[in-house]
Amino acid sequence: MPTVVIPALMRKFTGGVERVEVPGKTIRELVNRLGERFPGIDQQLLEDGDIRSSIAVSIDGEIATGGVLDAVGENSEVHFIPAIGGGQL
Amino acid sequence: MAASTTTGNFKVIGTRPIRHDGVDKVTGRAKFGADYAFPGMLHGKVLRSPHAHAIIKSINVDKALKLPGVQAIVTSKDLPPAENKLEQAGEMTINPMYLSMNILARDKVLYDGHAIAAVAATSPHIAEEALRLSEVEYEVLPPVMAVDAATRPGAPILLNDLRNPEEGDKPTNVAQHYQFKRGDVAAGFKAADYVIEREFNTAMVHQGYIEPHNAVGIYNPDGQATIYCSTQGPVIVRSLSAQVLGMPVGKIKVVPAEIGGGFGGKTTIYLEPLSLLLSKKTGAPVKLTMSRAEVLRASGPTPGAKIKVKMGATRDGKLVAAEIWMAYQAGAFPGSPVGAGAMCIIAPYTVENFVIDAYDVVVNRPKTASYRAPGATQAAFASETVIDELAEKCGIDPIDFRIKNGVKEGSPQVVGPPFKRIGFIQTCEAIKNSDHYKSKLTGKFRGRGVASGFWFNAGMQSSAIVNIHADGTASVVTGSPDIGGTRASMAMITAEVLGLPVTDVRPIVTDTDSIGHTDVTGGSRVTFATGMAVYEAAKDAERQLIERAAKVWEKKPDEVEFRAGMLHAKGGGVPPLSIKQLAPRFARTGGPITGRASVSARGVGPGFATSVVDVEVDPDTGKVQVLRCTVAQDAGKAIHPSYVEGQMQGGTAQGIGWALNEEYFYDDKGTLRNSGFLDYRIPTCLDLPMIETIVVEEPNPGHPLGVRGVGEVSIVPPVAAVANAIYRAVGVRMTQTPMSPPKLLKAMLKHRSATQHSAAAD
Repeated sequence: MPTVVIPALMRKFTGGVERVEVPGKTIRELVNRLGERFPGIDQQLLEDGDIRSSIAVSIDGEIATGGVLDAVGENSEVHFIPAIGGGQL
Repeated sequence: MAASTTTGNFKVIGTRPIRHDGVDKVTGRAKFGADYAFPGMLHGKVLRSPHAHAIIKSINVDKALKLPGVQAIVTSKDLPPAENKLEQAGEMTINPMYLSMNILARDKVLYDGHAIAAVAATSPHIAEEALRLSEVEYEVLPPVMAVDAATRPGAPILLNDLRNPEEGDKPTNVAQHYQFKRGDVAAGFKAADYVIEREFNTAMVHQGYIEPHNAVGIYNPDGQATIYCSTQGPVIVRSLSAQVLGMPVGKIKVVPAEIGGGFGGKTTIYLEPLSLLLSKKTGAPVKLTMSRAEVLRASGPTPGAKIKVKMGATRDGKLVAAEIWMAYQAGAFPGSPVGAGAMCIIAPYTVENFVIDAYDVVVNRPKTASYRAPGATQAAFASETVIDELAEKCGIDPIDFRIKNGVKEGSPQVVGPPFKRIGFIQTCEAIKNSDHYKSKLTGKFRGRGVASGFWFNAGMQSSAIVNIHADGTASVVTGSPDIGGTRASMAMITAEVLGLPVTDVRPIVTDTDSIGHTDVTGGSRVTFATGMAVYEAAKDAERQLIERAAKVWEKKPDEVEFRAGMLHAKGGGVPPLSIKQLAPRFARTGGPITGRASVSARGVGPGFATSVVDVEVDPDTGKVQVLRCTVAQDAGKAIHPSYVEGQMQGGTAQGIGWALNEEYFYDDKGTLRNSGFLDYRIPTCLDLPMIETIVVEEPNPGHPLGVRGVGEVSIVPPVAAVANAIYRAVGVRMTQTPMSPPKLLKAMLKHRSATQHSAAAD
């Protein structure tokens, strides 16, 4: 089952748990399952149905480019990290 | 000098041809933004705030409009309302509302130089006179210039609508908090034999590009518009200008001019929407060009920072814990690179227990923009100084200390995922084995310092077209403005794939309508991502060449192969064909050959650099002279080694300027007092030795040619390396930038006094 590593400031939704195994074949499915298990965390990750612009998704150590559409493997490790660049303007 | 670890039998890649745009550049024929002129063109100027923080009570331009020659004046009332939300825009996320407020102030001005209005007139002098006749009534407010002032209770608030989820519905100047943590920090420090804790402050500095911002806007009556400007990202100029003006993206074409430096600072917009707004009002082309003072006052420097670092190591030199607090000055609107800085600050090292808290803080300074590895240099100044001090405590050579703790393939990054193939240790070993590091530095007040740095590099989207011409030569078309010799690199990749001489490939940088979406020239991404698109486009052309040769020989494509620029029938039977020989037969075999590719590049390979610097300190004045400097950087495969070395030297030179001289100097009213290059002092050739380079080529497995990207990471180590060298020269640990003569002299006098005091007490 894929493992999602919860960002430090979102661990308040998971009771401090850092690594969570979540069923799913796409990022969308993982985020939906996360939201069901830890209400509110999905809203931190999503905006208008896709991953927030300020967040990048790493799948198995590589920055993915497809937002919620990206596929994840059975044993994938997924990280949500701040998007690089920083500028909001 | 190249320490190559890349295998590959290249004919063109790795050579050093003369750049294709060289003749135009040295003869002055190359067209920069300010060179554009059109019949009936008007000249624009921008009215800017003299106050750092004030309410705009009224703007009266009646007198200015009556001045003969004045054609139009625009204020924020001419801009549509913009949404307060974050949107993706290439390398950046943008908030359209703040972007619009930066282009023209609404009810408040938020920094010295903030734009208030723009005028178009028949000459620049009349436009300037119109600014003088414009009347603005202000209610001046106290400015907040630093993170301490901005975050103390009761601090004046810049943006009344800014909220931070951690502070509830309370107005704040803290826009964002990032946190990264791993392991048990308390336990880590308990296991440490040595703990060093220091606080650092860095000054806001500018990229210092020589060419000021410029734009010519032409708004046609049919609603189609064109912007000519100096930019690192024509697509981003198009999308941001469309946001600010409420126009469809497809109505704006952006033509990138030659660029006289950017270093990240030309990845956003300032004048571009104003040129279109004024053109729409007047029906004429309108040109705006910033003065040097405007560039310094009102474009985007990189933030000043306050960073507290506490790190611990065991006696045998193993890093065991880090606790870091950092806050960056975002400028007047949210969005400093503090998140990136936090992810870089201990990135070269494996630290099992850490917590990093990072804060983005708005202050009454210009909105910061990208600058070469944004956020990483400030961070490395702090962490690499503390690392140096820990190495000394442990009695270990500073390079060996870095090698002992350095990340390698499989080591976890600060954000969690493991690194793939990287070359950090190789950069340390390259310095350790260099003539420079092995040489003996002698003499009083002389010292040697080392430091390392990390940068992510970037992928994003790029497009490329390769055209094969009737004589068998080729052109390669991309949308990536060339700020570091990338035209030559794109031509070399095309030439390598197609087996052509590099002089037979003409590289073109085109406008937003003539090529598919291409993100900014930034993030060290052009040779990586646009290079990937060029490689794929050339391979597409190669596939078509094979099909055509098969047609000519009445064979199937899989019976033909392309080797070393020649088409061969497998099994022989016909003489091979060169592209030159095949090209005249394109018309009878299916028409012109155009290879195309667009990529959303994955497989980014991060970069590391390690530098060694020798300095001599004048004990009477505190002036630091850099005697020798060597930088080793992992470039992945170096396509054009001279341009890789040039990037390494350029980044290092900027880092040394940041270390020794550069700072935004504001008075207590928040007015910038050094808005020219006489007082804002970037290094010249008289200040620097020849910077020696060692190109480490650890190939990036995520790129077909092994490319990583080279434009940024060499700026990260020099500030810390200079600080560490100063310590070894005079015994003073500098914790602020710039380490300019007055600041260093003060620190030296304090140190001398403390030393004498201590000796007397003994």
